[in-house]
Amino acid sequence: MVQLTMAKAINEGLRRAMADDPKVLVLGEDIGKLGGVFRVTDRLQEEFGAQRVIDTPLAESGIVGTAVGLALRGFRPVVEIQFDGFVYPAFDQIVCQVAKLHYRTRGNVRMPLTIRIPWAGGVGAAEHHSESPEAYFVHTSGLRVVAVSNPQDAYVMLRQAIASDDPVVYFEPKRLYHTRAEVHLDVDPADAPPMGLARVAREGTDVTVLTYGAQVATALDAALAAEEDGISLEVIDLRSLSPVDYRTIGASVRKTGRVVVTHEAAREAGVGAELVASVTERCFHYLESPPVRVTGHDIPYPPAKLEKHHVPDLDRVLDAVDRVLERPNSLTGVEL
Amino acid sequence: MTTVRTLNPMADPATDVDDVARLLTPAGERVSDADLQQWIEDVDTTAIQRLYRDMVLLRRIDAEGVALQRQGQVGLWPPCQGQEATQIGTARALRADDFAFPSYRETGVVYARGGKPSDYVLAWRGEGHSTYDPHELHTATQQIIIGAQSLHAVGYAMGVQRDGGDQVAAAYFGDGATSQGDVNEAMVFASSFGAPVVFVCTNNQWAISEPVSVQARFPIAGRAPGFGIPSMRVDGNDVLACLAAMRWAIDHARKGRGPAFIEAVTYRMGPHTTSDDPTRYRDKEEVEIWRRRDPIDRVEALLRTEGAFDDDLVAEVAADADALADEVRQAAMGAVTRPPLSIFDAVYAEPHSGIDAQRAAYAAYLDGFAAVAEEG
Repeated sequence: MVQLTMAKAINEGLRRAMADDPKVLVLGEDIGKLGGVFRVTDRLQEEFGAQRVIDTPLAESGIVGTAVGLALRGFRPVVEIQFDGFVYPAFDQIVCQVAKLHYRTRGNVRMPLTIRIPWAGGVGAAEHHSESPEAYFVHTSGLRVVAVSNPQDAYVMLRQAIASDDPVVYFEPKRLYHTRAEVHLDVDPADAPPMGLARVAREGTDVTVLTYGAQVATALDAALAAEEDGISLEVIDLRSLSPVDYRTIGASVRKTGRVVVTHEAAREAGVGAELVASVTERCFHYLESPPVRVTGHDIPYPPAKLEKHHVPDLDRVLDAVDRVLERPNSLTGVEL
Repeated sequence: MTTVRTLNPMADPATDVDDVARLLTPAGERVSDADLQQWIEDVDTTAIQRLYRDMVLLRRIDAEGVALQRQGQVGLWPPCQGQEATQIGTARALRADDFAFPSYRETGVVYARGGKPSDYVLAWRGEGHSTYDPHELHTATQQIIIGAQSLHAVGYAMGVQRDGGDQVAAAYFGDGATSQGDVNEAMVFASSFGAPVVFVCTNNQWAISEPVSVQARFPIAGRAPGFGIPSMRVDGNDVLACLAAMRWAIDHARKGRGPAFIEAVTYRMGPHTTSDDPTRYRDKEEVEIWRRRDPIDRVEALLRTEGAFDDDLVAEVAADADALADEVRQAAMGAVTRPPLSIFDAVYAEPHSGIDAQRAAYAAYLDGFAAVAEEG
């Protein structure tokens, strides 16, 4: 066991996947000598050469589109999109090609691509560098979408994503890149919990908090604070946004009867909307109160100096907890 | 590099259609071309007869497709009449293990790669998004998104480089696609990495209703050199020129010299698809001009000159075309639609709990009808 930052854990995941399988390639902008703008691909080109760690032209559709051709030729490309907001130029290739080729060819063509996206805000970045585009990809059949929240998952789920014969959009929360934790590098990815399973990050009995990515830490902080008020929060780290592990979620909701969903992406038609709708369909008679979403506002991501008003923090999560517990809260007395 | 032609910057891509390299005039007379000649030295009369046969069969498949659409047997058809020389000439230059990336109108490429009669019609009938295994035909599914496949071809070619193979990838797209970012990105990637890919731009003058002048104010082949890619602008209705140019381009790529680009100047005689009405946007006179440049008539004239076009050949090819048309028709009429639950197949390669649950729920729903039917 070693102490690693999330960036280093992902780097180690890439290194071991490349060492184990010569068909694994990494491609993206500035990933060679520079080691990526977040240094996630640090020293990989030195070790595996420029034929396997490919510095590409600055063209996101080109990166993903050529990865499709590489996959067709039998490679397992790992694509780095430099920042979340830069994935949009590649949207057509991801949604119309990567996601659909297996279906289009009735299973004859496999697309074992991993699309890594440094993701979301909280790091004081410039415009287009703090986006949360996960709902677009969750809405696209044919893609698996995962979001990691800690170095161990980042390492294992990356290995699993690379090993998967399906395309995986892999979200890495930027604000956790330098979070350090213990990582078991020798865990066999095949034996570890599959990337489609959710994780109960903290057990509790009063309210289920559903979240993913960097918001897991916020939810856990909220759980600590709530404990002081005698309220017990169960925090579920979804890990996978497609598919969603409704078995784990359902078990929790049947126990607590109350649900808060939190994510920093905007609310309208977001992942939270899907979670609330699905939980309500499946567990309506177990619910004691309407589920509540705590999300980014339905605004373009605000300038860095104001982002703390957009990304849900501990207090906004606690306010939502008060709402599902029907205690006095921010909306008490407000006519809706 | 003798194969790079200096293009006249004043050339109008729409009207200067004779500013092209060719081996066969519109009247069917052989002409020499310094760059192209060397690539068809081995093409004898028998080989030309085979190209003639290919083009006649392709035209027949195409006519059958249009007829089947009119009869409601296929939902849509994108006619390729007029483009037979471009499709057959270039595709016949590929080796079986090269990989082609055609667009939706390249029926002739699928034909030349060994497609079955059902492969031409079942996708347009709506029985499947594609019917052949791309790995078997070494041909990607016909692409509908404009230009997207050009990047796939480059990526495939980059894979060939990494495997140490000597295959070539061929990216087919139209004049409209040259306006797309993907085609331009494909040329940047291909050039930067020296990928063994051949770009085949079929300039058929029209992108639905938009003339080529909306896409390009300069001959399209003139763009490639700006990416560091040698190019040729050839007569797309001259099957010998298309074959020769493609052989040059493939040889260039196969020898590790990087990508090459061909602009085949041709014409789409029919509508964009069977849903389109070209009389709204183009003149009859223009169509008539191109009718006189017909790629099949041109080869017929050449074969006559060589004394190699007789009643036997006509009868034999006509019989083959009839037989193939019949098979295409049978494939459409005899299609058996897959069972309902197959819509959930192959969304993912591995189990996905969301899809699995939806399949199970829909199966139960359908079973409900079956149970009611059984009870009478």
